[in-house]
Amino acid sequence: MTVDTAARTESTPLTHRQLPRRIVPVVLAVSIAAGAGLAALVGFSLPALAILSAVVFTVAITTVSGVVEGRRKAVDRLVTTLVYSAFAVALVPLISVVWSVLDNGLVRFGADFLNTSMRNVTGLHDQEAVEGIGPYIGGAYHALLGTFLITALATAISVPVGLMTSIYLVEYGRGKLAKAIRFFVDVMTGIPSIVAGLFAASLFAVLFGVGTRNGFAGAVALSVLMIPVVVRSSEEMLRIVPNELREAAYALGVPKWRTIVKVVLPTAVSGIASGVTLAIARVVGETAPLIVTAGFTSSINSNPFSDWMMSLPAYVYSSAMRPLSGSEPQPSFDRAWAAALTLVIIVMALNLIARLIARIFAPKTGR
Amino acid sequence: MSKRIDVSDLNVYYGDFLAVEGVTMAVEARSVTAFIGPSGCGKSTFIRTLNRLHEVVPGTRVEGKVLLDGQDLYGPAVDPVVVRRQIGMVFQRPNPFPTMSLRDNVLAGIKLNNSRMRKSEADDVVERSLRGANLWNEAKDRLDTPGSGLSGGQQQRLCIARAIAVEPDVLLMDEPCSALDPISTLAIEDLIAELKENYTIVIVTHNMQQAARVSDRTAFFNIAGTGQPGKLIEMDDTTKIFTNPGEKATEDYVSGRFG
Repeated sequence: MTVDTAARTESTPLTHRQLPRRIVPVVLAVSIAAGAGLAALVGFSLPALAILSAVVFTVAITTVSGVVEGRRKAVDRLVTTLVYSAFAVALVPLISVVWSVLDNGLVRFGADFLNTSMRNVTGLHDQEAVEGIGPYIGGAYHALLGTFLITALATAISVPVGLMTSIYLVEYGRGKLAKAIRFFVDVMTGIPSIVAGLFAASLFAVLFGVGTRNGFAGAVALSVLMIPVVVRSSEEMLRIVPNELREAAYALGVPKWRTIVKVVLPTAVSGIASGVTLAIARVVGETAPLIVTAGFTSSINSNPFSDWMMSLPAYVYSSAMRPLSGSEPQPSFDRAWAAALTLVIIVMALNLIARLIARIFAPKTGR
Repeated sequence: MSKRIDVSDLNVYYGDFLAVEGVTMAVEARSVTAFIGPSGCGKSTFIRTLNRLHEVVPGTRVEGKVLLDGQDLYGPAVDPVVVRRQIGMVFQRPNPFPTMSLRDNVLAGIKLNNSRMRKSEADDVVERSLRGANLWNEAKDRLDTPGSGLSGGQQQRLCIARAIAVEPDVLLMDEPCSALDPISTLAIEDLIAELKENYTIVIVTHNMQQAARVSDRTAFFNIAGTGQPGKLIEMDDTTKIFTNPGEKATEDYVSGRFG
């Protein structure tokens, strides 16, 4: 027995040859140099450099590792490289979007932009501003206000409906009705946003006359998009509340509805709240449904129940597609970019708020 | 305060599957009754029928009678919520409410039912229940911290405090010590010995020594095979079950020669 073990220890050592830790930056530097050389052959450009360097690095590190460290380590390094590359590729659009929005949007973005509307701003002002005779004027206050009101209304409609639907699905729903609801919620998740917009537009046309456009119609269109998202995320959150907690409450003689209100919902509230916030972030940038329901305006309208109402996405669209001055469109483009930057800031803030909410409401562990 | 339970011809179903068949037994007031038997023989299922918790699982049903001091728990006009207020339960895994403080966990049965209570009165309930569960000394300085910050054994005693805070007539315990270390187990066994002065206690356990230590009467459940319903084989004084049982199967099980 002992002899056998000793022999095995000799034949299969626990250590093996390793590449030094500094090998990765070294190979990377060499690969970039080689990539630059190869890129120069085909005509130098930054994407070509990045792609060629990545290919050279992948081949080089795998080969070196295969020769020195053996097959398993080589495969490990190959897959690690591929995963990192995939991550880098996924980041490219995000960084490029943020960069271009910041680069173009900061030209006009500022307190003045957020505080003024487009009322009485004409193409003449833009031409004067470009020629240096007058100041750059016009902002997105009316659109910001409209987006805020429409989204708030949409949330006020969607959260009660969505939350109660998910409570039904998790706590009460059995059999065919629950299955049907779940199926149709899934179908609703995939509805194109323009269809939701046309639905709301035609609903308001039937109820209040053809051509009725106001902020509330926009909110209805957005809630058609928002409800399924709220249902799905709340359903997931309610489902992960352990059944033991429900049974513990039942065993204390607590009725089912009170168990749901006082035990299940508080336990799931952090997830539900962050899900709702993400749903808001999802609809706040919707353009098409708002164009057909809330319309455009250059004035401040704080009443969502009458008259057309501007929203940030519609503002971006109209500024970019229909510049005020045909001969000098740049001021309008700058305003579109500034409004786009405002939207991106709102969405990022909502995502941060969702994380904050999740942390604040999460059950405390006390350790 | 404590009541007796009489069960007659009870069949318990999951859908069409008969899980427990034909149980007839009497559980005496102010005593500890232990249920023993192999896994899957229906002990837990049966104990959950005693406070009508079995039926919260969809598709389940119960036939037969369970009398609490003569009143049928499965009578047509009986509200299961009222039944559960009189028959408390402690579960296998400690399950304090994670959103509540220690104090609120103890008061959960009262607060969740929206009963109003003066603060001094609530303080009394908290102290009495935590003392009753042997947790007062460890918990009194941290009543406002979350219940999930306690150790496993402390959490289980918190769950016992929560169950006795509503002053039930009967306390059901479904393997209350199976997730605990020997010291916490000992604390809970001591507690059970104290609690039986005031409560009727039914305990499911896999630990035969525990059944022998804490219980006055013992019921042995068994199944003939997979897919067969669990049955009550015999029920008698604990000393008799462990020294001189009437059935061969019981003797095999308690002496470790099972199967």
